[in-house]
Amino acid sequence: MNVLWLQSAGCGGCTMSLLCAEGPGVFDLLGGAGISFLWHPALSEQSGGEVRTLLAQVETGERPLDVLCVEGSILTGPKGTGMFQILSGTGRSMLDWVQSLAPLAHHVVAVGTCATFGGVTSAGGNPAGAIGLQYDGDQPGGALPVAFRSKSGLPVINVAGCPTHPDWVTETLLLLKAGALSAADLDELARPLFYAENLVHHACPKNEFYEYKASAEELSQMGCMMEHLGCVGTQASGDCNIRGWNGGGSCTRAGYPCINCTAPEFEEPRHPFTQTPKFAGIPVGLPSDMPKAWFMALASLSKAATPKRLAENATADRVKVVPNLTSGKK
Amino acid sequence: MSQRSLLVGPFNRVEGDLEIRLEVAEGRVTNAYANSPMFRGFEQMMLGKVPIDALTITPRICGICSISQSAAAAAALGAAAGKPPAPQGALVAAILHGIENICDHLTHFNLFFCADFARPAYAGRGWHSRATERFTAMEGSAVRASVDARAQILHIVGLLGGKWPHTLAIQPGGVTRAPTARDRIRMMSTLAAFRRYLETVLFGAAVEDFAHLGTADALRGWAHGDAGLFNEIAADLDLGAMGAGPGRYMSFGAYPLPEGRSFGPGLWENGVLSPIDTDTIREDLSHAWMLGEGAHPSQGQTVPDEDMRDPGYSWCKAPRLAGRTVETGAFARQVVGGHAGALALALAGSNVQARVIGRLLEIARTQMLLEKWVAALKPESRFMDDVAVPQEGEGEGLVEAARGALGHWIRIEAGKIAGYQIIAPTTWNFSPRDANGTPGPVEAALVGAAVGDSEDTPLSVQHIVRSFDPCMVCTVH
Repeated sequence: MNVLWLQSAGCGGCTMSLLCAEGPGVFDLLGGAGISFLWHPALSEQSGGEVRTLLAQVETGERPLDVLCVEGSILTGPKGTGMFQILSGTGRSMLDWVQSLAPLAHHVVAVGTCATFGGVTSAGGNPAGAIGLQYDGDQPGGALPVAFRSKSGLPVINVAGCPTHPDWVTETLLLLKAGALSAADLDELARPLFYAENLVHHACPKNEFYEYKASAEELSQMGCMMEHLGCVGTQASGDCNIRGWNGGGSCTRAGYPCINCTAPEFEEPRHPFTQTPKFAGIPVGLPSDMPKAWFMALASLSKAATPKRLAENATADRVKVVPNLTSGKK
Repeated sequence: MSQRSLLVGPFNRVEGDLEIRLEVAEGRVTNAYANSPMFRGFEQMMLGKVPIDALTITPRICGICSISQSAAAAAALGAAAGKPPAPQGALVAAILHGIENICDHLTHFNLFFCADFARPAYAGRGWHSRATERFTAMEGSAVRASVDARAQILHIVGLLGGKWPHTLAIQPGGVTRAPTARDRIRMMSTLAAFRRYLETVLFGAAVEDFAHLGTADALRGWAHGDAGLFNEIAADLDLGAMGAGPGRYMSFGAYPLPEGRSFGPGLWENGVLSPIDTDTIREDLSHAWMLGEGAHPSQGQTVPDEDMRDPGYSWCKAPRLAGRTVETGAFARQVVGGHAGALALALAGSNVQARVIGRLLEIARTQMLLEKWVAALKPESRFMDDVAVPQEGEGEGLVEAARGALGHWIRIEAGKIAGYQIIAPTTWNFSPRDANGTPGPVEAALVGAAVGDSEDTPLSVQHIVRSFDPCMVCTVH
């Protein structure tokens, strides 16, 4: 299975993250499964004229294309021309290239939240007119129309994340190679369920604090970050705390909030990223699937029952009070 | 031989995309024009946001210099607040930043730069079969070993910063996670493993042996490990006579710690080191697709010319220090920082080989720094102080990314960002011409490069461009 990888308007961080794959490393992982790069802008030898020749061969159908991976948003500006990003040496916008190549590919994979939904590149007033491959923010339809299906019959597969976890990308490609990723394996935003069926909240080390609403008040404190510090891990798709990043880390493990980077429009939360918006002192966003009244009742009850250990540790930068394993045994 | 014009692109292994237009006569480049072909508009995005959002948004300018952007944003906010971070927090930030920089150098050497030596065009050279075995893109044994070593050392960022890239761990007041004694021991073990990789693979000798090389001949003559293979190739291809820079080296100084910067700041020219006056920085817009007047970054604006009119030919502005071009990067940093071997190389002029050696030197020296820093961690300390960003104010955040000097300039009015300007290392190195017609450093370095009659993507041009380790996504941002 060959993969043509294009970097459109993004930071390149999803490729940099991909190189962090371990056990085995990315080249053994993909190579071992029979997946090879037709061309990758950061990894391949070919440059300049060699690449133009290759792209021409793909465009004329001389070279079959199994997977088109696009990393980065698609720029439509200025004035709808897409010329805020050209593929250099070709005089053509990346918008034009992607629209030309996508129908030729058996599968199209959007890598990262820029490519899927527009992402950070569309933040603020979206000065460059950034959109995703098949979404514009949370609205279906991007550089490719809502009805687009690649030759396999699947829509654009949205491996969202800012950045993507290396395994999300490699495992999507491995599943495609194995013929084991169907429409039923994608969520309503076309994200692979194997990682999107989890919440970042799952296996968060702050879960005991969450249970008792024992909250951190400042960054660097150990408590739950939902109440004050903008954490939306209870509403965010991702297995970040199950899988672990770079040897076992995650945002919440490092003491800063989940900002729901796998979601459309995470880049504009309409409040400061590290501050929880509140109405009458109560956080506006509630955990997914949780009836509001029950959440309020349970929260006030659990808050009242917060053990002293958790109350003290929540606003400390390290464990001050250890679990008392002798009490209750007598 | 005739005159001709070449358009080189897509230009890969430069982190992003780059387009170089060349005028060629008599088999030599006579003029070069560097176009940074992507504009996203981060500086516009920041306007009207609360200042601390810069810590989330600006790292996402770049997936390879993400921590550098993060550190610059935190420094600018800290400068506006007028308070330093907790000393041990600054130490953790230096560790995070040092890991990113050492990884970037490793990626550049093994994946971005040396891959070109495996090209069939060099078949028949005495070293070609060894270069092919080591450096073939994605397949070479050195490539794979470096990717594995990089993934391992990034565990330190996983531990302290949660993930790489795009951590939010670095704040104006310090860092968000206090490392424990256990974390410290684990990091020492990770660094010991990385040292073993460097000593058995990259240098073929003790890290200190390479770091302490004090003469140009000793550096260029180093014959062990992949560093030695590079020197052998560089000598054969005469990379030491290729791609001369402006001879002015600028560094903002790397790793701000309470005791000072580990690699010092300054401007070095003709053997003289002087302090940098950042007030003399101007971003010239004459050949950029940008509207408005050139300005100091504290007053600058970013308004793209949507009609992309001549004489503009790039989205990149042209920063100048006191009206002149400067070269920035690992080699510049080592020269400015006073490393004896780097200074000796600088006296002979900057070139492709010197830039690569500068990066190798810095890998060795950063490994030594990282070991020292981790040993100096005091888990019982505070790692975050209360640094409140003011409602009104200005701040300048100066750091060194792997590829050179990075600055963020923020202006805060009524609690919101009223101005945010960024000058990235590659903005300096890959700037277009200025109002005087003076080419940017890489444009000047390409003049004289050899171009074969049948070449449409000249190898010499590729070596020169990549020797600067451009990061095109940072350049325009």
